[in-house]
Amino acid sequence: MTPEWFIVLSALLFATGATGILIRRSPMVILLCLELMLNAGNLALVAFSRMVGNEEGQIFALIVMVVAACEVVVGLGLIVAIYRRRLPLNVDDLRELRG
Amino acid sequence: MEEALFFVSALGALGGAVGVIAMRNPFYSVLSLVVHLFSLASLFLLLTAAFVAAAQVVVYAGAVMVLYIFVVAYVGGGGESAWEPIPGQRFLAPLLGIALFVELSVAVLASGLRALGEEGPDVKAGFGDPAAIGTLLLEKFLLPFEAASILLLLAAVGAIVLAARRREEAA
Repeated sequence: MTPEWFIVLSALLFATGATGILIRRSPMVILLCLELMLNAGNLALVAFSRMVGNEEGQIFALIVMVVAACEVVVGLGLIVAIYRRRLPLNVDDLRELRG
Repeated sequence: MEEALFFVSALGALGGAVGVIAMRNPFYSVLSLVVHLFSLASLFLLLTAAFVAAAQVVVYAGAVMVLYIFVVAYVGGGGESAWEPIPGQRFLAPLLGIALFVELSVAVLASGLRALGEEGPDVKAGFGDPAAIGTLLLEKFLLPFEAASILLLLAAVGAIVLAARRREEAA
């Protein structure tokens, strides 16, 4: 397989995740779309790591996975906190922080 | 063989990704993401990244998705309102997504990617296996490794602080 296929697939997955963030309202689905975008980045990192013949890109992918796990934990904590306060789980209604 | 595996996995990854953004019920979105993650793990195996593939399945599809399912079950998958703050958002967003894809593809394919060659270099047998990754993590990348562990600890503490029931709330 040539690297182009993997990179183009990665771009396609990233664009899918970005589209999801733009059209969905539920903060939970937006977190899932963030995962899609991070995973697209991981795919590109691992593909380049293979094509260069150096394992260091895989370390990058692992660190991205750690950061994604942290992001999920904090994001889900926020969602649970929002739900506890009986606020709507909708990013268009939760806009008190908007400038 | 390799090509067939690539296209099957790519279709699975893409189908899972589209499922995540298309499903009305967040529970089905999470299940689509599991399909996506498994397909991505097989793509990592194609790229001889055995340890990353295993970590993807165990950490992501195993632990993180269970966390998601617990939270979806807790808050319930409510339907989304049809109200749009920006007129035509549902129509414009996919166009922006397509534009982003075209731009990324043009940017990458017009670069010197060809110089990497068709198949990539021949790698030794243990490329990307746990031993190699472990050696790299504990020797060359020890500082990022420790920073990642501190970050995980901070995230765990932060999530408890955010989501824990306050004492006055419980009373």
